[in-house]
Amino acid sequence: MSKYILNRILIAIPTIIGITMLIFLAMRVLPGDPLAIVQSESTGAYVLSDDELQQLRASLGLDQPYYIQYLDWMRQVLSGNFGTSFWTNEPISALIARRGPITAQIAIMAVILSWLIGVPVGMLSAMWRNSMLDYASRLTVTVFIAMPSYWVGMLIVLFTVLVYSWRPPLTIIQFWDDPIGNMQITLLPSLALGAGLAAVTARMARSAALEVMYEDYVRTARAKGLSYAAVVWRHVFKNAMLPVITTSGLALGGLLGGAVSVEKAFGIPGLGNLLVQALTERDWMMIQNLVLLYGLIFAVINLLVDLSYAWFDPRIRYE
Amino acid sequence: MSNLSTAISNKNPASLPSSEAGGVGQRTLSAIRRFIRSSPVGAVSLAIWIIIIFMAIFAPQIAPHDPLEPTYVEEGPSAAHILGTDRLGRDVLSRIIFGARITLLVAFISVLLGDAIGFLWGIASGYLGERFDLISQRLVDVLMSFPGLILALLLMVVLGAGLTTVIIAIAVTRIPSSTRITRSVVLTVKETSYVEAARMIGVPTWAIMLRHVAPQCVAPILVVATLHLGAAIFAESALSFLGMGIPPPAPSWGNMLGGVLAAAFRPPWWLVIFPGLAITISIMAANLIGDALRDFLDPKLRQRLD
Repeated sequence: MSKYILNRILIAIPTIIGITMLIFLAMRVLPGDPLAIVQSESTGAYVLSDDELQQLRASLGLDQPYYIQYLDWMRQVLSGNFGTSFWTNEPISALIARRGPITAQIAIMAVILSWLIGVPVGMLSAMWRNSMLDYASRLTVTVFIAMPSYWVGMLIVLFTVLVYSWRPPLTIIQFWDDPIGNMQITLLPSLALGAGLAAVTARMARSAALEVMYEDYVRTARAKGLSYAAVVWRHVFKNAMLPVITTSGLALGGLLGGAVSVEKAFGIPGLGNLLVQALTERDWMMIQNLVLLYGLIFAVINLLVDLSYAWFDPRIRYE
Repeated sequence: MSNLSTAISNKNPASLPSSEAGGVGQRTLSAIRRFIRSSPVGAVSLAIWIIIIFMAIFAPQIAPHDPLEPTYVEEGPSAAHILGTDRLGRDVLSRIIFGARITLLVAFISVLLGDAIGFLWGIASGYLGERFDLISQRLVDVLMSFPGLILALLLMVVLGAGLTTVIIAIAVTRIPSSTRITRSVVLTVKETSYVEAARMIGVPTWAIMLRHVAPQCVAPILVVATLHLGAAIFAESALSFLGMGIPPPAPSWGNMLGGVLAAAFRPPWWLVIFPGLAITISIMAANLIGDALRDFLDPKLRQRLD
């Protein structure tokens, strides 16, 4: 197992280096110069003069050759220095520390909700195949897979505003400060985000369970006299969970992207809204490091999915 | 997507519907007829898409009002404005009809572009193998390491907002998965005896890839492209919703939803419901066509799962 883990981590390293290079190149090569983006914002508060531009460029190290800039960036990131916001001078790491937890919490709660809803629905749907329940759940699943999560969020907000005249507060309340206030902010967004994933999970659980149900060992278990419920729980459920884990792990990436627009729909001041703000303000250091953060988180999630896969399926471990 | 890729890589090229008889037109017609018979749901979804396409083409004839002409009166659905008007008093129905143009344009071209690149890249990567394959796959790994929407957002800020850049950004996010899936099919086709035979008699590599390998990958990429159509519509709507996609005043289903909730204390429900319904229905129809197409092209899979 430890050899497998080591191997998998070693494979992840070139990918992570590739991520950093892709971001760096995208930010530098495509528009020509990151400051050009700032400068070309004619609607912005001020336009830089040539002198100011040179000065800024030197102070940010942008007059250096690309490879030195890249190495500088890597050195700073590795030493935990994420730079400062171009406009407010606020350290980016402080912004991440303040806004990150709420986004992470929403994403994790969305996954948990998707399991709590999706797995039972999928299993029941498989057990009573072609019943009314099965058809109803499949129809619901099809609809929810197609609904954009931010629209689900908007519908939820619309509903609470029109029916209860209540809007989620637009502040950050950390869970450890005030759990109830925190839930008021995070529960509905995670529901909006988790609904689509729950649908994907239900669909996956159903087809995985159906596939397992025709395995020889399931028939054997039935033949030796185990009750249907025991067979489903002990044999079908366990083996059907493997593809479900992979799917929801891979779906987490979509979740990270989806969280950006869901946060926007609810007006939650999380990491996603920070990214959108940075993008609209052309705050290039912030964009660069936030996109890197998203890429890294996604890479780590993929790694964990692979490891969990090996944990649940010994065949992979000993390959 | 992983279930899709395994589903498709498992498929046996021989299970493709054979169609020797008749001309191309007749063959297509009979294939469509068989498709409709094999999946009524898929057929209904196809009909929905045809309606949306007609809506887009004949938007100026169908739309009751000018989508850009403001009247400065925001009102709910009424006889004059069936789906109401927006903040600037523009007719929502007309904007949705004209929005179909942009949505379809973005979806079709970005999927065509992205999947065509992925298709060719996947064939080359899978068939040539060795170092080219290794480097290609690491590159695909990197592209896959970004949540699609984040990558698209990064590209949008780098390339600048606009119709062309939205198309490019979404096309790029389609490339990795279509490359992966095409490659996985190529890996199985590569080992077949007819490809080996072609190699033996000295057919040039490019000709083998084009004439013998590529046709086997068309069916899977068709399924992928159909499913990508829904994903592209979602991506465009999300980008525009975030204010990073199609710039106003041009109507797109996504940018019609942007800022609607923030603008008013009691948000106008019709501005939330109708554009979102347009997005959801078209994505759902695309997904259902994709599923039906997959079952149609690979009946073995259907028996196994259903």
